[in-house]
Amino acid sequence: MTIEKAIEVNGLSKSFGTVKALDKVSFDVQRGETFGLIGPDGAGKTTLFKILVTLLDTDEGTATVDGLDIGRDYRAIRARVGYMPGRFSLYSDLTIEENMEFFANLFGVSVEQNYDLVAPIYSQIEPFKKRRAGRLSGGMKQKLALSCALIHKPSVLFLDEPTTGVDAVSRSEFWDMLHNLKKQGLSILVSTPYMDEASRCDRIALCNSGKILDIDTPSNMVKKFDGNLYGIKSKEMYSLLKALRGDKTIINSYTAGEFHHLLADNGFDAERLKQELTSSGHKDVEIKPIVPLIEDVFIKLLSNER
Amino acid sequence: MTGFTSFVKKETLHILRDPRTMLIALLMPVVQILLFGFAISTEVNNINVAVVVPHWSESVRQSVEKLSSNPYITYQGAIEQGEIDQYMRSGKCDAVVVFSNDFDKVLSEWKQNGTGENAMQFVMDASNTNLAQLGSGYLTNILAVDQMSSDMMPEIHMLFNPQMKSSFNFVPGIMGMIFILICGILTSVSIVREKETGTMDVLLVSPVRPLRIILAKMIPYFALSCINLTSILLLAHYVLEVPMSGNLGAIIVISLVYIALALALGLLVSTIAKKQVVALLISAAIMLMPIVFLSGIIFPVENMPDVIKPISAIIPARWYIDAMRKLMIQGIGFVGVLKDFIILCVMTIAIIGIALKNFKDKI
Repeated sequence: MTIEKAIEVNGLSKSFGTVKALDKVSFDVQRGETFGLIGPDGAGKTTLFKILVTLLDTDEGTATVDGLDIGRDYRAIRARVGYMPGRFSLYSDLTIEENMEFFANLFGVSVEQNYDLVAPIYSQIEPFKKRRAGRLSGGMKQKLALSCALIHKPSVLFLDEPTTGVDAVSRSEFWDMLHNLKKQGLSILVSTPYMDEASRCDRIALCNSGKILDIDTPSNMVKKFDGNLYGIKSKEMYSLLKALRGDKTIINSYTAGEFHHLLADNGFDAERLKQELTSSGHKDVEIKPIVPLIEDVFIKLLSNER
Repeated sequence: MTGFTSFVKKETLHILRDPRTMLIALLMPVVQILLFGFAISTEVNNINVAVVVPHWSESVRQSVEKLSSNPYITYQGAIEQGEIDQYMRSGKCDAVVVFSNDFDKVLSEWKQNGTGENAMQFVMDASNTNLAQLGSGYLTNILAVDQMSSDMMPEIHMLFNPQMKSSFNFVPGIMGMIFILICGILTSVSIVREKETGTMDVLLVSPVRPLRIILAKMIPYFALSCINLTSILLLAHYVLEVPMSGNLGAIIVISLVYIALALALGLLVSTIAKKQVVALLISAAIMLMPIVFLSGIIFPVENMPDVIKPISAIIPARWYIDAMRKLMIQGIGFVGVLKDFIILCVMTIAIIGIALKNFKDKI
């Protein structure tokens, strides 16, 4: 019997004192899917990971990983998942090679046995295998951690903010690696605070303060966006933002790189705004409609929530 | 390689890669044994003694001669009665022997009748009570014993440690402390370090049972302790000349039980503490302090107030130190320390039980 779903989460809740880290979270991850949990710090991503890899108990709700119950079958789950925590959690005083060997042996396999699976990643750091893990760069540490989490051929891979604190090039490389792993049939649950990484996932869940706001494919998320989104810029970006916040036809406005993004209601008239701004002393005002990004979706969902 | 052996290897590498910790772990026992054995001793040497002699007679001269030739005493010469205070205050002497004016006459009275006036007076600097007490004892032995009728004085035999070497007393005490320090503190800190750096999370998400993780952690520290046990026993016997007249096998067996107990204590602490600093503090508070103050290393259990005595009874080191003293110095066989041995075994099992009950394989 093959189990359809790699992960199934039903109404998970977890509180730490009065803080609700998770509030009735439900979602599922299909076999072979790369599922992204996207949300800012404090959204409850790490707590969710710890519950799913059976390090933490839930207060409420059930979940299965690879068809196994996280409460009853936690030992079996531990033996078959790969877990890469958000913080670098390997032994800094051991070399790359020693770390790899240790984690392979921990799962009762040898490095050679599953070398094929990790080869595309591990081969990049193998030339430095005698170097201690503590002396590696952020990107190399991340590759080593991923190799260690993969060496026992896990059925489900849990990656908690793998790209946090890593440079842009390494981040992109990392997602390429995940893409290759997915092609080998691995189910991956990955979390990230970077909205721009969402498009690299098959499906994403946008989450904030313990709740899931929406679950869909990244492209559907953007398609579903029903609002007038504009980009606006001028010489004085800061005072521009203040001026935008005073306009009644604008629902929300926020900085987003070169342009400010503004979400407007149906009474919004770009020409009128441009004239108003120019007459109140703003120079080189430029307004254009834009295609929303995941970030815009997230901000809109967030303001709906409030 | 199985999970378990690779664990032991990893743990050993941690210790080897941290030369400072290893140096401390291996050198501390040696330094402590030598320090307590030689430098820190409760024996008193070089007591500065001056004399006040109102009338030099032949017997006085003989007494002073005996004083100045004694190796424990540094003779500071004769001073005037009025200078005693000044000499004491300036620290030039620790004791002054004041001979009576008619020393010869008093002495002969003593010899005839067995009673009489005081022939001499000892003035001691009691700001250091230990020195004053021992010093007056020395002076009595040197001066009074054969001057007075010798049959009046008790004859004292010091059994087991005839020279009253304090190092004999310290060796078991240091052993009681060292093993707790190395096994208890180092293991608890090393387990808690894994929690703190997050590696424990990764270890737990694996097929290896948490208990095995802990057990594997203990093995290298156990080995380290065995090295220490060997070096302490060798040093104690060959350098400090502790007799080790008892059953050597019993010394080793009881020490191994005690090491196991210390490891269990370390595990117990690690189940409570979440940060290395906390582990250290708890270790110091529940392990080190009671050992120093309540186990009888420094303050004899017999002298403790009745309220404190039961507390000292729950401190494992007390029983271990007691057993080691009996075995090393008194030289009695295993039967003589059976009680200590059983108490230690029961304590070890109890602590392991509590630690395991406390141990969680979640966070």
